[in-house]
Amino acid sequence: MTDLRTAFFEECEELLESLADGLSRLEDGADDSETVNSIFRAVHSIKGSAGAFGLDALAEFSHIFENVLDKLREGELTADADLMPLLYQGGDHLSYLVEAANGGVEVEPDRAAALIADLRRTAQGDGFDEDEDASDLSAVDVAAVDSFQPIILDFGLPDLGSVTTQAAQAGPSRFEIRFAPKEELFETGHDPILLFRALGALGPVEAEADLSNLPEFTELDWDRPYLSWTLMLETEASRDAVEGVFEFVADLCELEITAVAREGTGDDPLPPSDDGTPPPDEDDGSDEPGGSDPEDDDSTAAAVEPAVRSEPEAAKPQKKAEAGTVQKANRDTIRVELERVDRLVNIVGELVISEAMLRQAMADSSMSAHGPAANAMGQLRQLSGELQESVMAIRAQPVRGLFQRMSRIVRETLRETKKNARLVSEGEATEVDKTVIERLVDPLTHMIRNAIDHGLESPEKREAAGKPAVGTVTLSAAHRSGRVIIELRDDGAGINRPKVREVAISKGLITAADDLSDAEIDNLLFAPGFSTSEKVSNLSGRGVGMDVVRSEIQALGGRVSISSEWGKGTVFSISLPLTLAVLEGMIVEVAGEKIVVPTTTLRETVRASEAAMHMLGNSERVLSMRDGLVPIVDLGESLGFRGRVSDFSDQSLLLIETDTGQRTALAVDKVYDQREVVIKGLEQNYRQVPGIAAATILGDGRIALIADTDQFTSTGPGTAVAASMGTDLFDDFSDFGV
Amino acid sequence: MSDVLEKTSSDLREIVSFTINGQGFCIDIGHVLEIRGWTPTTRLPHAPEFVTGLMNLRGTVLPVIDLSMRLGLGRAEPNPRHVIIIVKLRDSTVGFLVEAVSDILTVRPEEMKPTPDVASSLTKDFIEGVFARDDQLLRALDLKSIMPADQGAL
Repeated sequence: MTDLRTAFFEECEELLESLADGLSRLEDGADDSETVNSIFRAVHSIKGSAGAFGLDALAEFSHIFENVLDKLREGELTADADLMPLLYQGGDHLSYLVEAANGGVEVEPDRAAALIADLRRTAQGDGFDEDEDASDLSAVDVAAVDSFQPIILDFGLPDLGSVTTQAAQAGPSRFEIRFAPKEELFETGHDPILLFRALGALGPVEAEADLSNLPEFTELDWDRPYLSWTLMLETEASRDAVEGVFEFVADLCELEITAVAREGTGDDPLPPSDDGTPPPDEDDGSDEPGGSDPEDDDSTAAAVEPAVRSEPEAAKPQKKAEAGTVQKANRDTIRVELERVDRLVNIVGELVISEAMLRQAMADSSMSAHGPAANAMGQLRQLSGELQESVMAIRAQPVRGLFQRMSRIVRETLRETKKNARLVSEGEATEVDKTVIERLVDPLTHMIRNAIDHGLESPEKREAAGKPAVGTVTLSAAHRSGRVIIELRDDGAGINRPKVREVAISKGLITAADDLSDAEIDNLLFAPGFSTSEKVSNLSGRGVGMDVVRSEIQALGGRVSISSEWGKGTVFSISLPLTLAVLEGMIVEVAGEKIVVPTTTLRETVRASEAAMHMLGNSERVLSMRDGLVPIVDLGESLGFRGRVSDFSDQSLLLIETDTGQRTALAVDKVYDQREVVIKGLEQNYRQVPGIAAATILGDGRIALIADTDQFTSTGPGTAVAASMGTDLFDDFSDFGV
Repeated sequence: MSDVLEKTSSDLREIVSFTINGQGFCIDIGHVLEIRGWTPTTRLPHAPEFVTGLMNLRGTVLPVIDLSMRLGLGRAEPNPRHVIIIVKLRDSTVGFLVEAVSDILTVRPEEMKPTPDVASSLTKDFIEGVFARDDQLLRALDLKSIMPADQGAL
């Protein structure tokens, strides 16, 4: 059952994604039936499955939401500026409920109540009181299934002639379902009631139990099922959806699903339109019980006519067609446990290392560089490279889901701040490693909250400044030279630098005498303990600052930078590696050890003998660059591999520049080459090491450490590490008597 | 009869014995993944002295602990005859650098005697008891105190 639940929530995630997708298309004016249907289908599927899992709150809300969508689908409502916010709220709330059902978050009951009332009112609007009745009835109906008392519901049904019209695609059809559970069904913990409820979620159900097989009480074997049921379902769902309800018990019961034709239409199996059938009244179609359509009478008396199957089948291809894109996408993908992919990624990582080892061994054994072995080696190298890329691509996912989640955050924040803005997303198809996407959720959420809470002005202020009252927040993703760039732009007020300065001084981050460039002031936002908000608001001031945002992004091997223009807005730019598994690095040697310096922060390499170095104080050295002095840090010394080196002349200097513009020249003994290395974490078997980001395995099988260059800069967040490295750590181990 | 046999065999414990600085030690075989020959390790910055460095075990990066240093018996001068015992405790894997692995023995738990008071305090902290075998004393290492959980893996 847990497996099924997991599958359900995975499916929900996809459905919510297509829901959000549909809503944004709808907002963009794509008011076609396909869009509306895809939204409807998503909500409907969630409702159905939620019912099957006994997630009543979720099923109930989906039902209410579905009613509104149904009206939209029928064309009784239009997706205008009045309705869109409600639809979005509905979608958001549905996401919350799914999360809550999955054990994630608590849902605020008050807001839900207001929302439900809104949805109900909207669904009832335009004089369609019956809808409320209908939903009540179907609730009663499901209850009725519990006690196996058939309740006959006579709903207006569209005639067959409507099949080709827009409205008829949504027209209800009837299915007769014969369901006889086998013993195994009960043994595996399934319950017919839950199945019936799930059916009830698709539409009104009448259930009739067949007691004929029930033996005398004294002969009754408690373990054996004797009952079977005949269910009449009236639904707008496709046959697939009906069959879907029984998907998990297909082998555990005898099941027969027959489409039932209605009397009036049964005689007319032809797909219509050329036979002069009058176009149906769309609005009346499915909502008026015992409605005006004369053909609606006596529907329950309709015979099961396998010959007249053409009704659902005529309808089906159309449904298929409209569902086309969605369904096709589903069919072309498989669900694979992430663990399996990761195992594959690991194995390929090893393969690449083995290949490098082999290559090195061949080079060492003075083998001909043009012989057949060398050629084969070249081929192997290319193949393993391709294999590695392909495997990494498996882990890559479009950022669409992440962006959609962010649009939810935007709406939520706007609601709380009473501001007005729209979110524009660009480059949603850009693919990034799954883990990167997951770990971006928190920092991005915080950045977006900040952008709206602090960045955007109130509508009045905006208008006063000659800007449109509705602000724009743009979230974009793009690939740029082997990295992913995610940008968050707002057209708000921009960073109030004098105020930032003031706050930083009051918090003791800088002194009044400090002369800071604009970029340096902007970067103060990332300083620990900084918050520009005068009063701690409910949103941004949750004790998490931008410093946490930055450290989270750095933990992903990313960099975040900020640029802002007063009055025009602010841009946060996050640059991320495509994958967490490999990294481009410069191999250097320090005190006899090989170290990898990531090229992301590497700006330049300089031979120390040619560089302009100056002594500063007793032993500190600085490098004189075109645009200023850069402190020199000996990598070997700061890693504790050796004492102070007095002569730098044989060394090379690697100029490192962090996100914040902090520059450091790392002195190393030797610079080898630049190459891609496979990242191996140290935390699993050891722990984090100051100054070291991770490890890798070189071609000779030896391990090389990957330096965390941000920790070597003289100031900035990770700074203290370089200075206090060593002492603190030995304190840690003092317990051991070391 | 067979009952008795089964019971007895489940009570037995298999241990791997090895020498460090000429002294006999042992650990439960359940923690031992494999035994490897000595390979040079990569130096770790800011590591405690008993951490020799990092080794590559078929693509897995793991720290190697100089057990001699850890037990306060002085630094080992590794040579190609030294071996590394790959040990798994909780979720992490580490290598123990020892002089030589001597044997795999079957012992009964009740054979384990409490550590005599004479041992140095550091050694004593890491030993849960001793087994006497063929005139030799095997000190049973307490892996949990050698690899304390609250220090991360180490």
